[in-house]
Amino acid sequence: MAVQLAETAPASAASTSVIGEAFKDALITGLIALGLFGPLIGFETIVIDGVLGLAYRPQLLAVMVGIIFFGRLILNLTIWSPNRKPKARSGPTAFDRAGTVIGPTVKPLLLAFAIGFPFIASWSLGGLNESRYLIDLGILILTYVMLGWGLNIVVGLAGLLDLGYVAFYAVGAYTYALLATSAPINDFFAGLLGATFWANWAFWICLPVAGLFAGIWGMILGFPVLRLRGDYLAIVTLAFGEIIRLVLINWTDLTNGGAGIASIPRATFFGIPFNASENGFAALFGLDFNPMHRILFLYFVILALALITAFATVRLRKLPVGRAWEALREDEIACRSLGINTTNVKLSAFATGAMFGGFAGCFFAVRAGFVSPESFTFDISAMILAIVVLGGMGSQIGVAVAAAVMMGGMEMLRNLGFLRQVFGNDFDPSLYRMLIFGFAMVAIMVWKPRGLVSTRDPTIFLKERKAVSGDLVKEGHG
Amino acid sequence: MANSAPAGLPRWEADPILAVEHLFMRFGGLIAVNDLSFKVGRGDITALIGPNGAGKTTVFNCITGFYKPSEGRLVLAHGRAPTEDELARVTLIGERALMGAQSSVYLLERMPDYRVSGEAKVARTFQNIRLFTGMTVLENLMVAQHNALMSASGYSLKGLFGLPSWNAAQRAATDRAKYWLDKVGLTERADDPAGDLPYGAQRRLEIARAMCSEPILLCLDEPAAGLNPRESLELNTLLRFIRAEHGTSILLIEHDMSVVMEISDHVVVLDYGTKISDGTPEAVKNDPRVIAAYLGVDEDAVEQVEAEIDEAVAHSTGARS
Repeated sequence: MAVQLAETAPASAASTSVIGEAFKDALITGLIALGLFGPLIGFETIVIDGVLGLAYRPQLLAVMVGIIFFGRLILNLTIWSPNRKPKARSGPTAFDRAGTVIGPTVKPLLLAFAIGFPFIASWSLGGLNESRYLIDLGILILTYVMLGWGLNIVVGLAGLLDLGYVAFYAVGAYTYALLATSAPINDFFAGLLGATFWANWAFWICLPVAGLFAGIWGMILGFPVLRLRGDYLAIVTLAFGEIIRLVLINWTDLTNGGAGIASIPRATFFGIPFNASENGFAALFGLDFNPMHRILFLYFVILALALITAFATVRLRKLPVGRAWEALREDEIACRSLGINTTNVKLSAFATGAMFGGFAGCFFAVRAGFVSPESFTFDISAMILAIVVLGGMGSQIGVAVAAAVMMGGMEMLRNLGFLRQVFGNDFDPSLYRMLIFGFAMVAIMVWKPRGLVSTRDPTIFLKERKAVSGDLVKEGHG
Repeated sequence: MANSAPAGLPRWEADPILAVEHLFMRFGGLIAVNDLSFKVGRGDITALIGPNGAGKTTVFNCITGFYKPSEGRLVLAHGRAPTEDELARVTLIGERALMGAQSSVYLLERMPDYRVSGEAKVARTFQNIRLFTGMTVLENLMVAQHNALMSASGYSLKGLFGLPSWNAAQRAATDRAKYWLDKVGLTERADDPAGDLPYGAQRRLEIARAMCSEPILLCLDEPAAGLNPRESLELNTLLRFIRAEHGTSILLIEHDMSVVMEISDHVVVLDYGTKISDGTPEAVKNDPRVIAAYLGVDEDAVEQVEAEIDEAVAHSTGARS
């Protein structure tokens, strides 16, 4: 009791000066805000009788500066108050510890939710056709989960900053698009195994081929950039992504250029097409034909592909090659002093990550039925990288959550119609979508600079599995 | 081996595991290592000492393949020292190694760093500790056994499907890691991140990690730097144990003379990239050149000392004849 008193006494004595300091600081911030907002908000250009004139908006300016002043004052008195005990920076934080405790139970729950999602969606919306939007969104999210997990091998585990990941996505998509629509291959199989064989089986045959091709392209990219590190590696991979896109645009003989490749064969239920014919999926399984069957099937295909990616990554991490990836991220020179051929390690990381990107690309082509170079811009690479960084580099569950938040959140922000009731009918909430999204990203990076899940799970342990604090884990240097 | 040596020859002359021959290392106009030749005896603890900036770490980087020497030959011998003929042959045919059933010769200057450690079995530690800080102590030791585990995992294929042969290899690797954890007294901290260990423990872990790669020559760059006297003493015990139990030859750079004089069999002294003394610790300790280099006398004094030495040599030879 006495100890507690002794601790609180100096704080109360100093409280007047704390309030004074907080007030002074808020006043300075308010003045800076006045200076910044004055020209930006205080004046408005309006047209009076065909002549450009100035109008003044002192009320709005006062409101804005007031928000800044009082907001800063409240922050100074609460969470920025000097009386608050500074948080100890060593060791995993409470959030991380909670993550390690909850994590094992959350994973099966999330998996169960992912499997049950289409049924929950159709049940809650009263029918398969009504839930199409949600299931499509689920497919989109799972595609990015898979891409995030694939890039996570390169960036999160091996620490090689790859800004051109979309290149492998494109290689996978075009591999499927070109092979599936190829007339010679179709004719070859038509003579051998029946006229519809290639259209029905193309996806299942091309899926591994797309992964293989993307993996080979990963190695082709890997070779010239082996000596590069950090920023230089990022620039070259970025250029590689652009080169692939430009080749796709300009090699019109092969890729049909910017017009893209259309009428790509759709996915089939292992050879059984989803159509209303007698040999279609619905007829064979005694169901009423519904185009949603194909969408549902696609959902489970991408779910399975994403789970294969996760499973392979988890297994590889516990193998020498995965440990070498992480060791490479931690210290390349020490790796070489232990006899590890860092060239092979880097190439294997690039190839493995690219392979999963290729699988995802193949899936993209079969889902959309159309590919064009415009689907493989730098934006996609940036989005996947943002997912990996926000999720926490190297963390599986963090990347999955980040993909759901990024892709799902972006979509959900389209549905801000209720804000009209607050701000009036002129207010278009979708215009603020990117602004809100940007704020959310800044907030996460301030709050969790190492991503949602910053701790690292050790791959092997003797007595007890202890999560490694993110402060000790290096980001890699390329 | 010592029995077969001609009487009177020190071990590093009779059975060298590593022979550094006319090593030059130039960085632009700067000559960091200037015509350095010395030998490291098999089973010896050899110390490479010298004032700051003498080129010791450069020599280390040349031996372990991190630098390509400008000139010179670095001969590492497994089994027994090569004969002149063997050495001439491997040098002329341009191969990096000559492998035999009983013995092999490696020319380290022709090998990239990962082969020096992986094939020629020369392990090293670093002056500024280079652990995998974000990985646990045990994981650090598992990474060190990468090459053995990689082939045991069938280049990941066997491991991906968890075949029994891979599981057995993984267990064997864990047992070796446990053995070295026990030897350096870190068993209790096996599951902690390496970056969380105190400084002295990190130094010990780096040595354990190097030993997990089963080297025949262990190169330690200032292993006692930053250690307190008790930890230095433990280091001496550990190094003696490594030499006695595992027959690993040790080459170390060290400034702590209590370590150098206590444990080394052979001391090589460098100054400005050249060798100024080479011999047993007692011989080196009393060498006036070494004293001059370390205490930093002015040039007149060096000349004076050199003149005295020459005089003494002339005197002694004269007296003998």
